Amino acid sequence: MMGTIFGIPPQALFGQLLLGLINGSFYALLSLGLAVIFGMLNVINFAHGALYMMGAFVAWLLLNQLGIGYWWALLLAPLIVGAFGAVLEKTLLSRLYKLDHLYGLLLTFGLALIVEGAFRHQYGVSGQPYPIPAELSGGRNLGFMFLPNYRGWVVVASLIVCISTWIAIEKTKLGAYLRAATENPVLVQAFGINVPRMVTLTYAFGVALAGLAGVLAAPIYQVSPLMGSHLIIVVFAVVVIGGMGSILGAVLTGYGLGLLEGLTKVFYPEASNIVVFVIMAVVLMVKPAGLFGRER
Amino acid sequence: MSLHSQSSGRASAQAAGAPATAGLTLARVGALVVLAGLLAVPFLLYPVFLMKVLCFALFACAFNLLIGFGGLLSFGHAAFFGSAAYVTAHAVKVWGWSPELGILLGTLAAALLGLVFGIIAIRRQGIYFAMITLALSQMVYFLALQLPFTHGEDGIQAVPRGVLFGVFDLNNPLEMYYTVLGVFLIGFFIIWRAVHSPFGQVLKAIRENEARAISLGYRTDRYKLLAFVLSATLAGLAGGTKAIVFQLATLTDVTWQMSGEVVLMTLLGGMGTLTGPVIGAALVVTLENYLAATSLPVPVVIGCIFVVCVLVFRRGIAGEIAARFGKQSRNV
Repeated sequence: MMGTIFGIPPQALFGQLLLGLINGSFYALLSLGLAVIFGMLNVINFAHGALYMMGAFVAWLLLNQLGIGYWWALLLAPLIVGAFGAVLEKTLLSRLYKLDHLYGLLLTFGLALIVEGAFRHQYGVSGQPYPIPAELSGGRNLGFMFLPNYRGWVVVASLIVCISTWIAIEKTKLGAYLRAATENPVLVQAFGINVPRMVTLTYAFGVALAGLAGVLAAPIYQVSPLMGSHLIIVVFAVVVIGGMGSILGAVLTGYGLGLLEGLTKVFYPEASNIVVFVIMAVVLMVKPAGLFGRER
Repeated sequence: MSLHSQSSGRASAQAAGAPATAGLTLARVGALVVLAGLLAVPFLLYPVFLMKVLCFALFACAFNLLIGFGGLLSFGHAAFFGSAAYVTAHAVKVWGWSPELGILLGTLAAALLGLVFGIIAIRRQGIYFAMITLALSQMVYFLALQLPFTHGEDGIQAVPRGVLFGVFDLNNPLEMYYTVLGVFLIGFFIIWRAVHSPFGQVLKAIRENEARAISLGYRTDRYKLLAFVLSATLAGLAGGTKAIVFQLATLTDVTWQMSGEVVLMTLLGGMGTLTGPVIGAALVVTLENYLAATSLPVPVVIGCIFVVCVLVFRRGIAGEIAARFGKQSRNV
């Protein structure tokens, strides 16, 4: 039982792989939101990390100010973040669609600074703890490793969300409208579909996914104003590696890179922070469009 | 020292007036007035503040060479600025090199890094280019955090300013100022030459329509790579000089916030104009100095300026002036 795998005790190996899978769940949820938004709006949402942080903070505020617990927060925080996103899209982003896409990136960069700066001003840089809900405390022994229940839940929840989003986009009527509007918005509008509203809802949905990821992350990492700013850059790298072309590609790349990062922590911990960026560089040299992307 | 900077400045003013037309004579006079102002201003304002402005102005001009003339938005320019600062600080402090050799080594390091980043990043365009440069610069941030010679969170502190060319004692604020002014003018002149050369013309052609530039027979990747390396080199020149001025190289210099700041300076001053980034850098540095004394959160204010610039002020200050006065809209 207590043998080693490549000279590493299996407990440590599986422990790090689990951590990698958790990180991968967040990469997948965030890059999924980025890909959905990019597909429709042609905007890279730099504010995605800040809105993920906002989701975690909304959950924390709901608990500490109103006494509303985790399960309600799981529903309310994405709705609040999504509504905030809808307002941002309606008032600011929608003015930029006719311009170079880079302006969308710059605008959302400014928004990220504002949101992060405001939370930092209000709550400082130190993290705030968020308790694991009672139903998911404790853990179970799987024989080869100990699995904390909450972490298992995060992996399952993110898988469910990613798969249902994929099904909604690929298999439903609404998803068909969405894909059609991505290809040719003018034609879809001519068929009587309110494309501007669809764009707003798409953005709201994408950032709501970020808000949801934030709530899921709150009990694992501490709730801090800076929790999103590094993550978003890694997710950008994930998106470049996967290519923006496919939803499924974004999700798979997210999980895969999380696992790879976990493996790096086992075998060469010094490189674990940069391994995603190194992989990005290698992929760009070999297949510039990304693993699942199409050359355009 | 003042002689040195004067001569390089005069060279740029003369070159500016080479095609003799009335408008350019005016420009030549204007350039001389600005130069005289730059020489006199340390007697009026705090030199350290001015040196900070000049370092960031050069940094922003270098960045602008890519976005303004090549249409490439790099979101990772802090990597070149910061790593040059580290290399210069290390060479001067630990190896005891003279300041000019230290800055030279820092600049070379940035050039090399620019070559590596450039080869990777120019494989994609537009938004992807921005994301790739951002991700690569974040890698540099982590290396700066972990490598032994950068001293992690502490950075390299108490870097001696030393004696330039064995003659000018840089501990004297005026001699330091004129050195920085000289470095800035050299950098600015290089950018001015590059923009007005055939190389600069091809770069603008690539910005406007890359497919067409390719069909005309230009190997656009090579032009973009050269522009990227040149931009990185000059950003490194600014970073190395900054390390000598402030006797410090820290993690702040390699963060993505620093990359964002240089984007803002250029956007505010006017992308694709020669003087815009200088104006933008002066404004942003002044604003940050002012904000440091208040309780207003700096990122929020910076973010708001970003949003306003993108929504209603995309030409920036220099671009707006050029448009108002109906002069040729670019190359102010």
